[in-house]
Amino acid sequence: MAPASPGGGWDSTARAMQTALAATTNQTVQVYNVSGAGGTIGLAQFVNEAKGKPHELMVGGLVMVGAIQTNKAPVNLSQVTPLALLTAEAEAIVVPADSKYQTMQELIEDFKANPTAISWGGGSAGGTDHILVGLIAKAVGVSPAQINYIAYSGGGEATAAILSGAVTAGVSGVSEFAEQVAAGTMRMLAVSSEQPIEGVNAPTLKEAGIDVALMNWRAVFGAPDLTAEQRAAVIAALEKMHASKEWQDALAKNGWTDYFRAGDEFSAFLNNEITRIEAVLRDLGLIQ
Amino acid sequence: MEVFQQLLIGFSHALTPQYLLLAAIGVTIGTAVGVLPGIGPALTVALLLPLTYNFDPTGALIMFAGIYYGGMYGGSTTSILLNTPGESASVATTLEGFAMATSGRAGAALATAAIGSFVAGTLSTLLLTFTAPWLARAALLFQPADYFALTVLAFVSVTALVGSSLLRGMISLFIGLFFGLIGIDVLSGQVRYTFGVVELLDGIDVVVVAVGLFAVGEALFVASQFRQRREEVLAVRSRIGMNREEWRRSWPAWLRGALIGFPLGALPAGGAEIPTFLSYTLEKRLSKHPDEWGRGAIEGVAGPEAANNAAFSGVLVPLLTLGLPTSATAAILLAAFQIYNLQPGPLLFQKAPDLVWTLIASLYVGNVMLLILNLPLIRIWIKILTIPRSLLYSGILVFGTLGVYSMSNSFIDVLLMYGIGVIGFFMRRFRIPIGPAILGLILMPLAEAHFRRALAISQGDLSVFVTRPIALSLLLATLVAIILPYLPVLINRLTGKRTPAGRLVFGQGEED
Repeated sequence: MAPASPGGGWDSTARAMQTALAATTNQTVQVYNVSGAGGTIGLAQFVNEAKGKPHELMVGGLVMVGAIQTNKAPVNLSQVTPLALLTAEAEAIVVPADSKYQTMQELIEDFKANPTAISWGGGSAGGTDHILVGLIAKAVGVSPAQINYIAYSGGGEATAAILSGAVTAGVSGVSEFAEQVAAGTMRMLAVSSEQPIEGVNAPTLKEAGIDVALMNWRAVFGAPDLTAEQRAAVIAALEKMHASKEWQDALAKNGWTDYFRAGDEFSAFLNNEITRIEAVLRDLGLIQ
Repeated sequence: MEVFQQLLIGFSHALTPQYLLLAAIGVTIGTAVGVLPGIGPALTVALLLPLTYNFDPTGALIMFAGIYYGGMYGGSTTSILLNTPGESASVATTLEGFAMATSGRAGAALATAAIGSFVAGTLSTLLLTFTAPWLARAALLFQPADYFALTVLAFVSVTALVGSSLLRGMISLFIGLFFGLIGIDVLSGQVRYTFGVVELLDGIDVVVVAVGLFAVGEALFVASQFRQRREEVLAVRSRIGMNREEWRRSWPAWLRGALIGFPLGALPAGGAEIPTFLSYTLEKRLSKHPDEWGRGAIEGVAGPEAANNAAFSGVLVPLLTLGLPTSATAAILLAAFQIYNLQPGPLLFQKAPDLVWTLIASLYVGNVMLLILNLPLIRIWIKILTIPRSLLYSGILVFGTLGVYSMSNSFIDVLLMYGIGVIGFFMRRFRIPIGPAILGLILMPLAEAHFRRALAISQGDLSVFVTRPIALSLLLATLVAIILPYLPVLINRLTGKRTPAGRLVFGQGEED
């Protein structure tokens, strides 16, 4: 199941898995979409209908973690079986080319001095971009409630807003801004990954002195109530899929960063993310 | 020049067999729905949206654009032969067109409509080709305050100028607005008006509302007065074509119609209805044969038909460059773009140049196809008018139900569609136009979001709407749009003349 409409990130992840799994297992794999509300409608259906079925998989990611909490969804990720992390994309912080800010430090100085005077443009409220700004604020000692975050319905709209000079800085996935940065209309101040990204001329937030890292990750979940053997078998199949040529081709074609972590390592990562995201959403005032 | 290069690349895509076929399908369906009264391009595109999920976006949009301007061609046929406009943009055509047909000149009326549509369609596509890239660059300067002013101008002019009653326009707009507010608010992430139904968290899809209001509402309305309707289609006995005199009189009307249609379509003022009436009025005033008006003056068909086709290319300008729909059909086209993860706006020309230019090139191609469809093959379309209404509308209901369900396999969507259909029936019954509701659904949430963004950026300072030159001039234009309909009355009152109270009205309260 891809809990989003066709064409988006989760859908294309599910369809790449379809090709790779079909090749490694020699079985027919079907993708179906249940879209809506940051994936929580799909999650609810998955919890109710897939219970105990090892052949049912669901794609999900960081956005779903946030959506479960902001939408007060009746279901959550503890009810499904975490299987493996698949891909991740770093976020980038940009300013228009004619902005007075040359470095992340300069931007943060002004942000600390007068938080509400700096407007941040990015995707919808409570999404990855908003969460990142919240984490940055916390790390530099600004109350996240003071953030002047201007939400747009998507990266494209946010890009136009940044170019028009309406907002001070923009936040979205690195790939969303790549063209504009290459064209010289925007300047990338920092990226949110742990390590610098090859081919991207910007320091990480950590290098810029802000102790924050955030990846917009995508993962695959299994049905609720799988037995230990079933879980192990599915994880093994996913490991095989990850090693396949089809999957590696899909990574290259879509420009996805490999972030594969299976089983317990992913479960620990997930719990960590849920705690961290919940805390920042609470600080941002999006959940009570 | 860069524009020519881009356009040539566009043609190289548009002339591939696959896209040619889709354009042909689009214009054929478009002509058919244009011919059929009550079914317009907005409904048709909404019905077809769910079926095109698996198309590539360029192909789907070529087809949808074909439906839109095919509808503009087809509408004239019904106006001329049936004295009922095939869709709202052809209301003006009925006045002289039907008169020509009753006096045995149907052939000339159909010919001037089709050729005029072709001339104006091509001319306005040329204008689109050159103005759109320029406007797309200018649009990069638009900030939230400016977008807000633009949306205000759009919905004020649509409701104030179109339709016989300001009150009815407003009612329709606010019905649309309410549907638009349902779901998660983009800015705050808070949930509004969902009453605990999780399926409503993402809001109501524009397709559900459009199919409900247009298809279900219209079907119920037709059913409710089925016994009372009997319409006679005039037979076309004369040759389809014009004599030398008719050509000479049509030419200037076509050109004037195109020049009125394109800029007025491009302004956020509601698509094709206003320009057709302006063109009609202008031709009547300029005519050297004032005695013929009302008994079949060819300029009265040539001008409005040219204007409505030119307006379509005009509508594409703000849609492609600002992401701003100015008619109900454009609002649905916007939804089509968004389904494919494409955001029309200043960056569309940079991000998807192939799509944009292929679409524009296909407009030239489609116009040629439509000329062929509507001149030699016109008699086939006339046959369509003889399809029994009962069969037609039951077919549409089945098609609409399937389409809405297949969109997200949601039973709730189907229930919503029928519920909204009942509202649509009462709107039809009380002559409340549907177009503003669709625009309200799309435009009002946009207006709200931009208003709040502008205030967040200015940190609560309201002067942001009057200190930016773009925003200020747009708001002043809005004021003009409010006052304009009352201008004749005001002038008369100031000069001391007594006139019957009333406002200047464009259009008859029908909608596309």
